[in-house]
Amino acid sequence: MPAVQETIDQVRQIDVDQYKYGFETKIEMDKAPKGLSEDIIRLISSKKNEPEWMLEWRFEAYRRWLTMEEPSWARVRYPKIDFNEIHYYAAPKGTTGPKSLDEVDPELLKVYEKLGIPLREQEILAGVEKSKIAVDAVFDSVSVVTTFKEELKKAGVIFMSISEAIREHPDLVRKYLGTVVPQSDNFYATLNSAVFTDGSFVYVPKGVRCPMELSTYFRINEKNTGQFERTLIIADEGAYVSYLEGCTAPQRDENQLHAAVVELIALDDAEIKYSTVQNWYPGDKEGKGGIYNFVTKRGDCRGKNSKISWTQVETGSAITWKYPSCILRGDGSRGEFYSIAVSNGHQQVDSGTKMIHLGKNTSSRIISKGIAAGFSDNTYRGQVSAHRKAENARNFTQCDSLLIGDKCGAHTVPYIEAKNSTAQFEHEATTSKISEDQLFYCLQRGIPEEAAIALIVNGFVKEVIQELPMEFAVEAQKLIGISLEGSVG
Amino acid sequence: MLEIKNLHARIAEDGTEIIRGLNLTVKAGEVAAIMGPNGSGKSTLSYVLSGREDYEVTEGDILYNGESILELDAAERAAKGLFLAFQYPVEIPGVATMQFLKVAMNEQRKYRGEDELSTPEFMRRVKEAAAELKIAPEMLRRPLNVGFSGGEKKRAEILQMALLEPKLCVLDETDSGLDIDALKVVADGVNALRSPDRAVVVITHYQRLLDYIVPDTVHVLYRGQVVKSGDKTLAHELEANGYADIIGAAA
Ligand SMILES: Nc1ncnc2c1ncn2[C@@H]1O[C@H](COP(=O)(O)OP(=O)(O)OP(=O)(O)O)[C@@H](O)[C@H]1O
Ligand SMILES: [Mg+2]
Repeated sequence: MPAVQETIDQVRQIDVDQYKYGFETKIEMDKAPKGLSEDIIRLISSKKNEPEWMLEWRFEAYRRWLTMEEPSWARVRYPKIDFNEIHYYAAPKGTTGPKSLDEVDPELLKVYEKLGIPLREQEILAGVEKSKIAVDAVFDSVSVVTTFKEELKKAGVIFMSISEAIREHPDLVRKYLGTVVPQSDNFYATLNSAVFTDGSFVYVPKGVRCPMELSTYFRINEKNTGQFERTLIIADEGAYVSYLEGCTAPQRDENQLHAAVVELIALDDAEIKYSTVQNWYPGDKEGKGGIYNFVTKRGDCRGKNSKISWTQVETGSAITWKYPSCILRGDGSRGEFYSIAVSNGHQQVDSGTKMIHLGKNTSSRIISKGIAAGFSDNTYRGQVSAHRKAENARNFTQCDSLLIGDKCGAHTVPYIEAKNSTAQFEHEATTSKISEDQLFYCLQRGIPEEAAIALIVNGFVKEVIQELPMEFAVEAQKLIGISLEGSVG
Repeated sequence: MLEIKNLHARIAEDGTEIIRGLNLTVKAGEVAAIMGPNGSGKSTLSYVLSGREDYEVTEGDILYNGESILELDAAERAAKGLFLAFQYPVEIPGVATMQFLKVAMNEQRKYRGEDELSTPEFMRRVKEAAAELKIAPEMLRRPLNVGFSGGEKKRAEILQMALLEPKLCVLDETDSGLDIDALKVVADGVNALRSPDRAVVVITHYQRLLDYIVPDTVHVLYRGQVVKSGDKTLAHELEANGYADIIGAAA
């Protein structure tokens, strides 16, 4: 597998602090003052030319948030966040929303070039074999450009920043926003509802198979800035869409907050495949800095025989608190969760999923692979429940942890609840270590230690990697190798 | 090619000495058989040779082509041409045999400053070697050694050896667990590799294998030392009389 080879090359190129996306871009920014208040919310809303109903919606969330407490049940530790020390809006000067590529600040284009994100359509088209991917690039609080919009429009697919969608497709947004993750869902989701700045909006109409992969690339650049993105994806009856999400942030000593909300809605016979490669800055070797990633992602299989599949590769962030879930409402609907969570250094990961079986003959599948190295803590937290009326609910859960070294921890916390006696839930969990025998075997074949670990780990996560779109699979394998650099020896 | 001089090695963890002043010389082109009762240190010797860090060399030296290799780690020794066919090959879940082979071959090439193999060239070599060893192509797509039968594992070891083209091959009980036909296939595989610039060390308990891979020298290992050396007739003697006489003399 060439990826392994590339992993090693990449690892060699990177010095002690391995995070290669840690550069900061000097761009003139338009920033809201620190702190949170109704005025700040009004400012965000006006920057985005939002209609009145949107502003009201935000206020409602804000007032509720003021009454809420930060949750403490996750197995993560961090100093109390001062929500008044954060900038809730930051945008490159002169960008209020996406434009055509020619108008985008060349400095910004350079950033995405450096990150390896293709934004120039001509160049993407020139690459013969590479399949086409439409990209929505979000820089701090705003979407700077969305590619292939015209081509998608021909197919009837709406793909734009959520800010634009609020203005251009208010009916669709109003109909679906907050219907999967209600404003009051949890502390961070409520905060997000009040202050969300940008994110992507996708609508795939009836019977349309989206002609290309859609993706959003999130970049936090500004210091002390929170990123609160909001993504809403709707697959109408019989539609299909595959969506990819990538994220990076500069290397900084201070912690930064990222609290996103993602809502997916699949109507009758529709399918949504959502893949994430999360590589936020994880902090340095001593555990200083890094992103706090508190994310609420949920999919609603609203229609019969609909399907939602989450695939995630989590390698970054100082703290990850994330449970992409599926509500299996439609009869015969299906939810899937494939996850790789890698933690090294002092990272803390508490991640998993919820599969909530409501309809008849619903099924779900959970494959979780946790890899802990260094001093990190890696928890899988999962809930599978069957409602009283959920006849014949099926779930299969497989939860494997791999430990590298003896200063890290892996934990599995499954909650299973079946209120209908016909439910069949299966759960398997394993914890293993990379054995000395495996390592020596690889070494004896001439494979050096780092490459051997990358190889063994890539074997361990193979089932999940296979679920990723091709372009992402190679990227993910590389990333896993890089994240584990320096984990032994 | 290989000169082991007064080698002492112990288990790093608890200091137990397993190899106790072992001397052995194997010349290029030679096939040397090592025999000896269970627990005498044969596998340990193979690990120490290949640089396993669970063992510490406390005295003596190992020269490979005239140079000490004690300072080299296991991967470096492998890249320099030392190969060990394991008594108990290890399972690597999720890593297809084919993928493992490619990584191993290319890592060794890289160490030696050679270009990576192109995919078609790699495929050609693997297919050819697998056919020689009667290994079905499906097996190459399965994760390495996972669910392989005892015989399949041993055959996969020889496949790796054939592809990596080592200069010094150490086979640790490669014959155990093989049926008669498989034994013949594996022996043919090893014999095909015999050449004037390559040495083979065969660790075995049975004459059976040595009927197919005829050794130039036979050495008896006991309590971490070579207590007797001879030609292929020594193996026949052992087969007929057991170790009692030799051990008695050594003790
Ligand atoms: N890592 C280890 N920890 C504990 N004991 C060990 C270790 N390695 C070797 N030994 C001991 O050293 C001795 C030699 O073992 P070794 O496996 O080398 O024998 P062998 O000659 O290969 O035997 P067999 O013919 O049964 O394969 C045995 O008593 C074994 O238990
Ligand atoms: Mg042995």
